[in-house]
Amino acid sequence: MSLIFTLASRNLCHDRVRFIATVVGIVFSIVLVTVQAGLYLGFGRTVTTMIDHAVADLWIIPVGTKSFEDSSQLDARKRFQALAINGVAEAAPLVIGYAEWRVPTGGSTPVFIVGSDLRAGGLPPWSLVEGSVDDLSIPNSIAVDRSYFDRLSVEGVGDKAEIRGQKVEVAAVSNGIRAFTTTPYIFTSLERARAYTGVPTNKVTYLLARVTPGSDLESVRARIKANISDVEVLTTAEFRTRSRSFWLFDTGAGAALLAGALLGVIVGTVIVAQTLYSSTKDHLNEFATLRAIGSSGAYIHKVIIWQALLSAVIGFGIAACVGLIIVRATAGSALPIVMTPELTLGLFALTVVMCVVSAIAAIVKVTRIDPAMVFTR
Amino acid sequence: MSEPVIEAVDVVKFLGDGAGQVQALKGVSLAAASGELTLLMGPSGSGKTTLLSVLGCMLTPTSGRVRVGGRSTEGAGPEDLAKLRREHVGFIFQSYHLFPTLTATDNVRLALDVRGESSARAIAKSKDALVKVGLAHKVGKFPRELSGGEQQRVAIARAIVGDASTILADEPTAALDSENGHAIMELLSEIAKDPSRGVLVVTHDPRIVTFADRIVRIEDGRIVGEERPRAIMPSTKAKARFKLAQIA
Repeated sequence: MSLIFTLASRNLCHDRVRFIATVVGIVFSIVLVTVQAGLYLGFGRTVTTMIDHAVADLWIIPVGTKSFEDSSQLDARKRFQALAINGVAEAAPLVIGYAEWRVPTGGSTPVFIVGSDLRAGGLPPWSLVEGSVDDLSIPNSIAVDRSYFDRLSVEGVGDKAEIRGQKVEVAAVSNGIRAFTTTPYIFTSLERARAYTGVPTNKVTYLLARVTPGSDLESVRARIKANISDVEVLTTAEFRTRSRSFWLFDTGAGAALLAGALLGVIVGTVIVAQTLYSSTKDHLNEFATLRAIGSSGAYIHKVIIWQALLSAVIGFGIAACVGLIIVRATAGSALPIVMTPELTLGLFALTVVMCVVSAIAAIVKVTRIDPAMVFTR
Repeated sequence: MSEPVIEAVDVVKFLGDGAGQVQALKGVSLAAASGELTLLMGPSGSGKTTLLSVLGCMLTPTSGRVRVGGRSTEGAGPEDLAKLRREHVGFIFQSYHLFPTLTATDNVRLALDVRGESSARAIAKSKDALVKVGLAHKVGKFPRELSGGEQQRVAIARAIVGDASTILADEPTAALDSENGHAIMELLSEIAKDPSRGVLVVTHDPRIVTFADRIVRIEDGRIVGEERPRAIMPSTKAKARFKLAQIA
């Protein structure tokens, strides 16, 4: 093994305090980036959770809809127009909207109603831990997520409350259906959703179309567009992208998260660059000696880059452990920090790039080194 | 005299800029031959170290020519000069310049590592070099575990391990007591007996003149004299007496 790695590792270990400062800088930076990027991913996933769980090949939506939660209404008769189109197997109506939840003991909280045709499917609750979707057929039945029990002042199936002055009873309980807005989702039938949200019977929010097996999705979409006026027809992927784009970028939330991540990278780069530069200055005499005994510039640059890479690997290892703890701690929250294998690899690459970029100042310093200085020291 | 291993012809060197500029070398010509130990002596500020830097391809002359291992340094860039150094020149410094975080073996091995020699071969060569300088029992020691004399021996091993044709030593005994200084010069004297290698030592230490095959004197940037004590008195003891008398 070349002495380059030995020199780099010994240089790092020789300056323990500086090495610790370097690693702390990298850990701070990468944890900050992890949190911001993880929040970004988590936010991106949470804002589309309803779209992800809907049973639909195509979404027939009012023109100008920005996201799942931000929509106007469609004429309910468009459902029959859709069903008449060749290739459309189902066009399940969906009614959504905000309502007020009141508990018998007093007090109220806003909730988000999701009502679908329980026979036609569409968007029933998932991850049920108590009750079933069929239980929502019972009059006044609703499904809530257990993470909102405290907020809704309920403890499980059988508990009662009021929505828009109408009695409701918890018939099913889900686990993990959390809203990024922190407003609890309430699942119910289409008719009761209308009653709770005030959407008239001749209106629906969306139509969730399923195409018949063997039909070409694009052809069906084209036919729907041609036959139904004043609607947009999006695939699930397109609606997901549109919703995500709205919440992440139109609201500025995503930009704020990315700016935080960028800040983390800048802070990390500055800290690592500063410590590497001062380490190089301290070892200038040794680098001059290397140059004097005939080492190439590249040999010395490799020593510095190895120092940076070693710092990157150690710093990233610690940062990844801290990140994992944070990911686990936020797993059950409304806005979980998400860590994916791709993000982990990306963060490692970012750490390496950050450390190598940080080495540039140190490399410039040794590039200008005068080997003759060994005679004067 | 055999072929010169290193040669400066009519070298002029200015140092600094503007009003602070000084002419450190004023047309110096000097050649170090293989198989002999040349001492370059002169008072402080005479241009000894500047000449050593120019001969060692660390400074480029303002004018004049330098040849190292038969190759001219004219027009050579920093990387070309570094290549000349690693292939032809071994350096020994007054303050050793060992790497404190490396063992004696690795310090010596550095001279081979910068050439890209394979590690197994380089380690074996480095240990051999340490044996040659009498440090067979110290191969795994770090500089802080070695005396000044031992550290300078490691530096000598580093200078000779790559079979450099020229060994340039800058005040190699200045930081040592007389016993260690004597031992180091004996070692350099032995190295200089190799017919493929020349040794040039810059010094103002009069104790070591007894080891010289040739003494070149420099003053105010000019070569002012040259003598060959061994040609006159081959016995080391006699040389010593001769030089002591000269100094007295």
